[in-house]
Amino acid sequence: MIINRHVKKSPKLSRSFSVLIALGVTLLVGNSAAAAQDKTLTVYTYESFTSEWGPGPIVKKAFEAQCDCTLQFVPLDSSAGILSRVQLEGKNTKADIVLGLDTNLMAVAEDTGLLAKSNVDTSAVKLPIEWTSDVFVPFDYGYFAFVYDTEAITSPPSSLDELVNAPDDLKIIIQDPRTSTPGLGLLLWVKSVYGDKAADVWKKLQPKILTVTKGWSEAYFSLFLNGEAPMVLSYSTSPGYHMAIDKTDRYQAAAFSEGHYLQVEIAALLESSSNKTLGREFLQFILSKEFQTALPLTNVMYPSTDIGNDLPAEFNKLIQPKSVLLLDSAEIRDNRKEWLSEWLDVSSQ
Amino acid sequence: MCRTPPYKPPWWLPGALSVLAVVALVGLPLLALVNEASNIELLDTISDPYHQRVINFSLYQAVLSTLFSVVLATPLAVALSREPRFKGRDLLINLFSLSLVIPTIVAIVGIVSVFGQAGLVNHWLQTLGLPSFSIYGLHGILLAHVFFNTPLAARVLLQSLENIPQEQWRLAAQLGLPSNSRWRFIEWPAIRPQLVGIAILIFALCFTSFTIVMTLGGGPRATTIEVAIYQALRFDFDINTAVALALIQLALCSLIMIATHSFGMQTSQGLSEIKLNPSTHYSSSHCLNGLIIGIAALFLITPLASLVVKAFNPATLTVIAHSKTLSALTNSVVVALTAGALAVSMGIGLQLSARHLRLRLNKRSSGKAIQLAGNIILVIPPVVLGTGLFILLRPFADVFALALALVIAINSLMALPFVLRILEGPVLQAAQRHDRLIQSLGIHGLPRWRLLDWPHLKKPIGYSMAIASTLAAGDLSAIALFGSERITTLPLLLYQRMGSYRHYEALTTAVLLLLLCLALFFVLQRVIGGKPDA
Amino acid sequence: MLELKALRFSYGEDDYQFDLSIDAHSTTAIMGKSGSGKSTLLNLIAGFLKPSSGNIQWQKSSLLTLPAQRRPITTLFQQHNLFPHLTIHQNLALGINPSLKLSKEQEQQLTNSLDAVGMTGMDGQSAHTLSGGEQQRVALARCLLRQKPILLMDEPFSALDEATRESMQALTRETIKNNKLCAIIVTHSHNDAVALDASTCTLVDGRLSSLI
Repeated sequence: MIINRHVKKSPKLSRSFSVLIALGVTLLVGNSAAAAQDKTLTVYTYESFTSEWGPGPIVKKAFEAQCDCTLQFVPLDSSAGILSRVQLEGKNTKADIVLGLDTNLMAVAEDTGLLAKSNVDTSAVKLPIEWTSDVFVPFDYGYFAFVYDTEAITSPPSSLDELVNAPDDLKIIIQDPRTSTPGLGLLLWVKSVYGDKAADVWKKLQPKILTVTKGWSEAYFSLFLNGEAPMVLSYSTSPGYHMAIDKTDRYQAAAFSEGHYLQVEIAALLESSSNKTLGREFLQFILSKEFQTALPLTNVMYPSTDIGNDLPAEFNKLIQPKSVLLLDSAEIRDNRKEWLSEWLDVSSQ
Repeated sequence: MCRTPPYKPPWWLPGALSVLAVVALVGLPLLALVNEASNIELLDTISDPYHQRVINFSLYQAVLSTLFSVVLATPLAVALSREPRFKGRDLLINLFSLSLVIPTIVAIVGIVSVFGQAGLVNHWLQTLGLPSFSIYGLHGILLAHVFFNTPLAARVLLQSLENIPQEQWRLAAQLGLPSNSRWRFIEWPAIRPQLVGIAILIFALCFTSFTIVMTLGGGPRATTIEVAIYQALRFDFDINTAVALALIQLALCSLIMIATHSFGMQTSQGLSEIKLNPSTHYSSSHCLNGLIIGIAALFLITPLASLVVKAFNPATLTVIAHSKTLSALTNSVVVALTAGALAVSMGIGLQLSARHLRLRLNKRSSGKAIQLAGNIILVIPPVVLGTGLFILLRPFADVFALALALVIAINSLMALPFVLRILEGPVLQAAQRHDRLIQSLGIHGLPRWRLLDWPHLKKPIGYSMAIASTLAAGDLSAIALFGSERITTLPLLLYQRMGSYRHYEALTTAVLLLLLCLALFFVLQRVIGGKPDA
Repeated sequence: MLELKALRFSYGEDDYQFDLSIDAHSTTAIMGKSGSGKSTLLNLIAGFLKPSSGNIQWQKSSLLTLPAQRRPITTLFQQHNLFPHLTIHQNLALGINPSLKLSKEQEQQLTNSLDAVGMTGMDGQSAHTLSGGEQQRVALARCLLRQKPILLMDEPFSALDEATRESMQALTRETIKNNKLCAIIVTHSHNDAVALDASTCTLVDGRLSSLI
């Protein structure tokens, strides 16, 4: 009731407020924003993309060689966090490009009105789905899968259903769907397999979840590879890295009979960017051979274009999903909040 | 011989400036919150089952934490009062108030290194074939809350036990009262009136606890309102939920604060100097007392000791020399000193004007009201204030670029109640004795400050600056909201390193932060306050 | 006969030595400035402090080995003689049995002692509701109940106003006489000594100097 009374006053209040604050902020920030107008392209991405062994360093070197500019990767602590971060910063964001959102967040991201058309020729894109977006450029893709340690588990569950009904001493590590795209992916995977019964399935999964991490790298590197749990939510491609680089078959992905949920990772240009030409140049560069061939063994995903024999042989030994699951991104946009609350509700019991 | 008289600023100027600063920093964000509230569905947020569970969990963990802390503090206080003389007693009791200087997140790293998956306790449990103890979730939150609040409660209770007149103990000895009768007739009646007050105080602290819940809880099953506000803002960019939860939190905190005040307790209670006045008890059951004190000391000291020992590892130098660590360290120093100076300036301003009102104008109540302005912040948890600032500034600026300024502003406000409490007595005393004389000699303005106030106040000012800076250096809540990879402070860096399970890096960062806080605490007192009295 | 023989007590810079013998049925006032060791003397006799050497004897047997509660001594302090949150009845009963369980006979004694100090029928009242004088009366009643031959008093009247003090002094004098107690009062007021018909000695520099 009290709150309603304030509604009438608010316009006046806001205006005088605005003047005051704008004044203060101008004094505080000064011209620092205007000074940063050299040719630097700022890319918000998730942390593992920019790590020493990730694609970041290779991409930076290759792009800077051709653009006469500085490519600056800003690593954020989680993938879905990239979106909330540019939302939080709004039009004042320093980012020119966001790189690392996925198909599930496409409609949500587009709805913010913060993104610009890419103007990129995406005819080279080769994905399990047809690519139609004129805003997003896909840079790689993969299937969500549970990766297990063969030294801890000999017969992994062969379906999502088996996992759900497995004894509670089978411990898994998953990611938070609010902050991590794999976390959101699992939420949608369960949703697309079980529909309205998803909440019950999550209830059954609860005792098996050792912990819910904020991002993928904590779950995979810090916990799973350190033996904290025998199974982790990751990608069907993850074993490819261990086979190619570590030369070990120890870590394998469990193939689930219901099929696997697809993730296409995407990049986009921000409407507020003052470097749009350079930004579009970078988006086009994403589909170039240099960028694409770097991905399999650095980001450990399938490239979004056909790179022929440059795809490491180990990638042919990976599990192939029986069917590819993917929910419509508009449907996700309309239901995401509700599904998240449903998950939170079950997970908090 | 003609001199222009020194400029005489009006008495209300320092207070008015301070009040203005407080009102601007608190009022505007709150207005922004309420203004924003018109656009949101408050009831929807409250009735959402997840948020209801968050509200319930906030209350539930606070009730349990309070219960455990008070129940454990009571035997500890009794044991300490029954053992008035042993080596290290004063040291142990001083350690009880150290939680003011040791940042919460540093102690948590220590607690995790003892009670965590790879810690001592789980190692023993494993050897004994017992199931391991998980530090994450409700258990860990309770453990950490007990770690911080049991000493606080024990201190207050010990004080009231030591206020029992010596004659009563002699009487008890002469009457031959056994230990249980002493408890029933002497100790319990002395403690009982304090219990409700201290319980409410601890409840308030645990209810709004942010750092502990962020680091040890935070999953959907162990989230408090305070952390949920942060998550709504930083995870989901869900301003509606953040504002709705902030308003709920504000309402609940106001209720708690009213309760706290009606029982005469203050958050800054931990500061009140404890006057040790141990009485001989003429009793002889030293064993049990020794056991209780020993366990408590072990529980308090082990995490810190473990932290310091483990911090020195092969990675230590690399971690310290890391550019991220160095820039976080620089930012922390800047935040600590600026926030401390701001808090102390506001505090002095408020107290000087309050003094004028009390002594010269004889308006006690207006003087009190001015001080209350500085204490108003106790009702507003930093995350709520931060959310308000966020909404206020976002339309005009990149909030993340302003991170340091915002963190400084929030922390200076958070420290203000402590500063006011430290300065209140001395500022008044500096005048009470000589005010008539000062008036008749016509000393005022800066000369008065320089010649009469400063010599008297430099020690308390040094102390309050030390406390305010140390609190600011260790704070996580404000920087968690506004920090980014561009601007971090040591607590945020430590949180991130803990969050990605980089244990050794976390341990080293924790000790670095601890050293910074100890250095700030002691150096500032010395530099501003001068040499300690012999 | 109560005898202190070369009773020494050192604490920090302070060093006291007491030699004293007092008749079993007599009243002695020990006078002296504050800090002269008056209270220390009482605390040594009562067993609240341990002497460094020397002896305390009562009727030829040493008290030193006995803990405070087993000594034939009861003490009336200047204040805080009662537990404020307990009733008068409870405060008195504590003098007989720490668990507060009294026999019929003991109940009767309790009533009698209250009568004796002029507080008849007040046993249900809470101690903190009493005036200073009333508290001292109840405390004296408890001293009686404990039936100990030695009564030590540490400035028992100095917290009282003049009128109350006079009646309390009279009551105390009668009580000592009627119960044939060995009473020692520590005081800085000559008036107390006179009012109790006490023989006086003075403490100077930690030594009992003279018996007047």
